[in-house]
Amino acid sequence: MNDAIIEIRGLNKTYRGGFQALSRVDLQIQRGEIFALLGPNGAGKTTLISVVCGLVNPSEGQVLVDGFDNVADYRQARERIGLVPQELTNEAFETVWNTVSFSRGLFGKAPNPAHIESVLKSLALWDKRNNRLITLSGGMKRRVLIAKALSHEPRILFLDEPTAGVDVELRREMWQVVRELRDNGVTIILTTHYIEEAEEMADRIGVINNGEIVLVEDKHALMSKLGSKQLTLYLNEPLEILPSALDRPELSLSAEGHELVYTYDGHQEEDGHGIPALLTDLEREGITFKDLHTRQSSLEDIFVDLVKERA
Amino acid sequence: MNLYPVRAIYMAEMARTRRTLLQSIVSPVISTSLYFVVFGAAIGSRISEIDGISYGAFIVPGLIMLMLLTQSVSNASFGIFFPKFSGSIYELLSAPISYLEIVMGYVGAAASKSILLGLIILATSGFFVPLQVAHPFWMLTFLVLTAVTFSLLGFIIGIWAEGFDRLQLVPLLVITPLTFLGGSFYSIDMLPPFWQGVTLLNPVVYLVSGFRWSFYGISDVSLAASVIMICLFLAACLATIGWIFRTGYRLKP
Repeated sequence: MNDAIIEIRGLNKTYRGGFQALSRVDLQIQRGEIFALLGPNGAGKTTLISVVCGLVNPSEGQVLVDGFDNVADYRQARERIGLVPQELTNEAFETVWNTVSFSRGLFGKAPNPAHIESVLKSLALWDKRNNRLITLSGGMKRRVLIAKALSHEPRILFLDEPTAGVDVELRREMWQVVRELRDNGVTIILTTHYIEEAEEMADRIGVINNGEIVLVEDKHALMSKLGSKQLTLYLNEPLEILPSALDRPELSLSAEGHELVYTYDGHQEEDGHGIPALLTDLEREGITFKDLHTRQSSLEDIFVDLVKERA
Repeated sequence: MNLYPVRAIYMAEMARTRRTLLQSIVSPVISTSLYFVVFGAAIGSRISEIDGISYGAFIVPGLIMLMLLTQSVSNASFGIFFPKFSGSIYELLSAPISYLEIVMGYVGAAASKSILLGLIILATSGFFVPLQVAHPFWMLTFLVLTAVTFSLLGFIIGIWAEGFDRLQLVPLLVITPLTFLGGSFYSIDMLPPFWQGVTLLNPVVYLVSGFRWSFYGISDVSLAASVIMICLFLAACLATIGWIFRTGYRLKP
């Protein structure tokens, strides 16, 4: 079933001066998902978000937000969206409470102190509500930007590099907030170059490079399709060469025969060549090991491969 | 039309005024008082009456206009320039609000502040010279129209400016000279005929003349000319702002 909350069709953006930031971007964001947009610096992540949110005029193409054209029906489209920008931009002398309340008014909603209170509490900003923004730490300012974006109860939240420059603890807290939002039905689109973040959070992943969407895939599918696993056995006795019974492409020797490395991707199990079969073969050949280590390729490895491939 | 965003912008701008009360209100009042002391009392006592009005009283409308123009332009230009400079304008551009609502919020706040300031200066001048307002309705009309028009101009300058230096450029190089040469401190009858002709090209002359007429019933140009000029200027500013928002000039890449 197609239940896209954002539909991007044939989007092109060429800035004055000729730099093409987006090239024929087609993308659908499903209602209620967490979508991570991955890409190196300058790939077009922020431009894509900016076009959807109305900060940048597209050169060509169309964006539908919940069925509303983001230019022709900008009111309906924009009131559904909350945007947390990458840069920490704030009215330095405002208080937290005032700036968040201001955002709600700006988005055309009647004042609702109870909602502002719950947003500030969920972001651990309640104690700081009367502080001026200039007195807050970077991480706190980031939370204020999130609070501003949530002040008008958006159905879609864009987080542009939400955890850049944020310490590990705060990052985990933010992930928690994002998950709670998703549980309440908010669709979340985040850009990041912390791949760990996408791996941890996202339901689907889109990779953008040089203004083009290179790939969009369910995270687990992506990792099982493109990822691989390695099992390393530390042998008791080094081997000169592999016995003929074990001579297959997935197996190799390293560390001067002290280590036997088995590379697999999950399909071998189905063919009956998986780890149990390997262990049986080893026993039959009289090869023993003292320790083992497994490693799974991360999204980062996949990402680096993808971007390198297309460059 | 949604009034919540207009109110939000208006209130935020007025809050900024309250935070910066000293620059916003007190300093223009002090500088106007200085004009009264120097021009009105010290020099004015040696200048004969103009059209039966003492010189001190004669300059009151011009001084209010001077402050009204410069403050409207600087308030409104700073109001929109600052979010552009700090980057927080992203929120304004991504909000579900129309251009008209944005302009109403920012220009409304800047104009309110100028009008308030004009009235404070008017009251202050009462300490120095006997006050007389012949046509209070027209006085308020000119006050409001001028404040709105020049706040619109300031809004345009704020969007156009790409740095603080440019923000100062237009008020300093255009508004102040035009006001000084616009008959704030003299009647244009006092000029040689050639310069009288040149002066008529200065739009501020029409504002000061109309405003002074509302006080004392004397004017350099006809009331109709004053009203038409200010409406033309208002229309030109509105058209420019309409174009800015349609094209995204200096706002949206």
